[in-house]
Amino acid sequence: MKSPRTVVIAGIAALAMVGSLAACSQSSGSEDGKLELRVATFPPGADQAAYDAFAEQEKQFEKANPDIDVVGLEYEWTAPTFAAQLAGGSLPDVFTVPFTDSKTLLENGQLMDVTKEIDDLGYSDKFNPIILNEVTGSDGELYGFPRQAYANGLHYNRALFEQAGLDPDSPPTTWDEVRADAKIIAEKTGKAGYATMAAGNTGGWQLSVQADSRGASLQTDNGDGTYTSTIDNDATKSTLEFLHDLRWEDDAMGSTFDLDWGTINQEFAAGNIGMYTSGSDVYTALVRDFGMAPDNYGLTVIPTEDGGGVLGGGDIAVMPPTLDADTKAAAVKWIDWYYMQKLLNEDAAVTDAKALAASDQAVGTPVLPVLDKDTWDQQQEWIAPYVNVPQDQMTGFFDGIFEQTPVGEFKGQTQPIYALMDNLVQAVLTDQNADIDALLTQVDVDAQALLDQ
Amino acid sequence: MTLTAKPAAATPPADEPGPPAASARPKRARRSPLTWIRGGGAWNLAFLAPMLIVFGVFSWGPIVQSVVMSFQKTNLVSPPVWVGLDNFARVLSDPNLSTAVLNTMYFAGLALLFGFPLPIIMAVLMSEVKRGKGLYSALAYLPVVVPPVVAVLLWKVFYNASPDGVFNTILGFFGIPPQPWLQSSATAMPSLVIEATWAAAGGSIIIYLAALIAVPPELYDAAEVDGAGIWRKIWHVTLPQLRGILFIMLILQVIGTAQVFLEPYLFTGGGPNNATLTVLLLIYRYAFQNSLGGAYGEATALSLMLAIFLGLLSWLYFKLTDRWSTN
Repeated sequence: MKSPRTVVIAGIAALAMVGSLAACSQSSGSEDGKLELRVATFPPGADQAAYDAFAEQEKQFEKANPDIDVVGLEYEWTAPTFAAQLAGGSLPDVFTVPFTDSKTLLENGQLMDVTKEIDDLGYSDKFNPIILNEVTGSDGELYGFPRQAYANGLHYNRALFEQAGLDPDSPPTTWDEVRADAKIIAEKTGKAGYATMAAGNTGGWQLSVQADSRGASLQTDNGDGTYTSTIDNDATKSTLEFLHDLRWEDDAMGSTFDLDWGTINQEFAAGNIGMYTSGSDVYTALVRDFGMAPDNYGLTVIPTEDGGGVLGGGDIAVMPPTLDADTKAAAVKWIDWYYMQKLLNEDAAVTDAKALAASDQAVGTPVLPVLDKDTWDQQQEWIAPYVNVPQDQMTGFFDGIFEQTPVGEFKGQTQPIYALMDNLVQAVLTDQNADIDALLTQVDVDAQALLDQ
Repeated sequence: MTLTAKPAAATPPADEPGPPAASARPKRARRSPLTWIRGGGAWNLAFLAPMLIVFGVFSWGPIVQSVVMSFQKTNLVSPPVWVGLDNFARVLSDPNLSTAVLNTMYFAGLALLFGFPLPIIMAVLMSEVKRGKGLYSALAYLPVVVPPVVAVLLWKVFYNASPDGVFNTILGFFGIPPQPWLQSSATAMPSLVIEATWAAAGGSIIIYLAALIAVPPELYDAAEVDGAGIWRKIWHVTLPQLRGILFIMLILQVIGTAQVFLEPYLFTGGGPNNATLTVLLLIYRYAFQNSLGGAYGEATALSLMLAIFLGLLSWLYFKLTDRWSTN
């Protein structure tokens, strides 16, 4: 027979195993009978003040909704982790995704249908119709709340402009001027006069932005669910030639050509880049997450020529399709309170702006209206006393943006085609003899193959 | 530990009354579940269970599941659809596959050229050192102790392509112009190999040093008596004596380099213009980068093909070298 000691050891072994497996499962319980709602907060790297401001907002919401316990989770949208988090049940109950991915996700059945909730809240006819289209599935249903939109702009470092003897209050207005100023900055300061993103699909994104501003149309929607790739056009070619010449003839782009959204912001905030294009709302991240001195920041519109427009984007607040009815109802309350009311209601707008300003968070970052223009103008007036971003350093953008033609991102296989276009940018920046015509012909073939899948 | 450890337990004691046929039972009783439990089988299983379950759930389960997935189209949310060999066909017709295979072979070739002989040379030299052998071993092994991600990120800083980058500054001392390192298609892959060699050499050196200790000193004495110098001793004594370990290290290196992922993923993301796109990075891209979860089938199909290829390669290698590797 077995000794008691053996039995005890075996029992401990079994318990340890069960315990460790149990530890792997996620608790979905709630505290004090409250419903636990897990919501996305900020990307990793946000400062303590941002969390303090969030804690204040969390408190306000919980006071108004005593049956809900809000739990803020650090969150950053990335395609690689999304599907695994969704399948594993570790996504927040409320999170945001960019327009570029919203169509694919909702067509894949990876987002919750919120048509009824948007109707009940009375928002359906309040949204800017172009933006509402971003969350509308082919079934006509709505799968998220558009919460923020932006246009791409030309960001520039005022300190580097001054060091190079340029006037920071007169940023360039044509692509030729951008090139000339970039060359001067590089010569006078030794820093990159101009840089562009080139990796992790952001190279394709920004190539689209710059090609669209020169009048490109990168894809044709055939209206029957099929698309034709038209990346190989004169505007894309002249954009690539522009980058090639800046790099190889002017030597004005520094020595790093594998920048993505995070690293280009880091370099720009550190004063190593004179100009680059990106979303107009990046100021918040530059100052909050990358430590940029607000005085050095400048923003103007992207130069447009040959009938070109400015590419916009934005993000939507969404829920995974797996939520139960109670959590969904709580999530809608949170989205309405946290993202929407501050756009519609004076008290909410002022309370939000006050809380943010009190924690030294950016108020007044340049964004575009997701609701109709009148509502947006009204909201801008409400928060005006609390604006703390240097809007006088962004006059080029505020004065010009509503004059520009907005352009949306192409819809077919957006991210995979951006990945293909990354290679175009990398090729012209790292190979002096890159054959731009051959590269463009090939990328159209590859993009069409993706679209035909 | 065996099922027959205590056969007597199943047999009634001789002084107890029992059926007349009891003496004929032991053979059958030995196989009964009760005997097995009494013999300690259940305890054995209980102690094995944590390991079996952990391996089953976290290792073998996913392997089997990924084989299944290679024949399916799934986004992990909607129910999977069986697609036969479609995933394999799509992977084989992808123009990036040939780029990835050639790049991986290029990496493996360079790593073999520089990374394979270097640790052998270092180990032989270190074994000849009379004093401070421990210090040299520790220094050689240090890169292995640095977490790989940290090492790559450090080297990324060293590879800064501006004239005031760390390596370019050092090259400047010798009048060599700044190099683009990771920022050019031509130099990106060799740059990756240099770091990978630095990172992996320490481990190999330790293994070779251990093997060198096992070489009988009288062989060197005999060679010396015959008038052999240091190089002849290395060529005729050391290397033949290390033959077995050399073959093992070679196949391990080939398998390791065929699965190279960390360096291209962290250094270049496969760029510039796919110059460092390797097979494993392509698998990662299928699964995660562009697809929003839509191409797990292609990813697992390519993984399966790579695993089969490496399995066959290892089998062939051992078959070919079987004769030579035995002392």
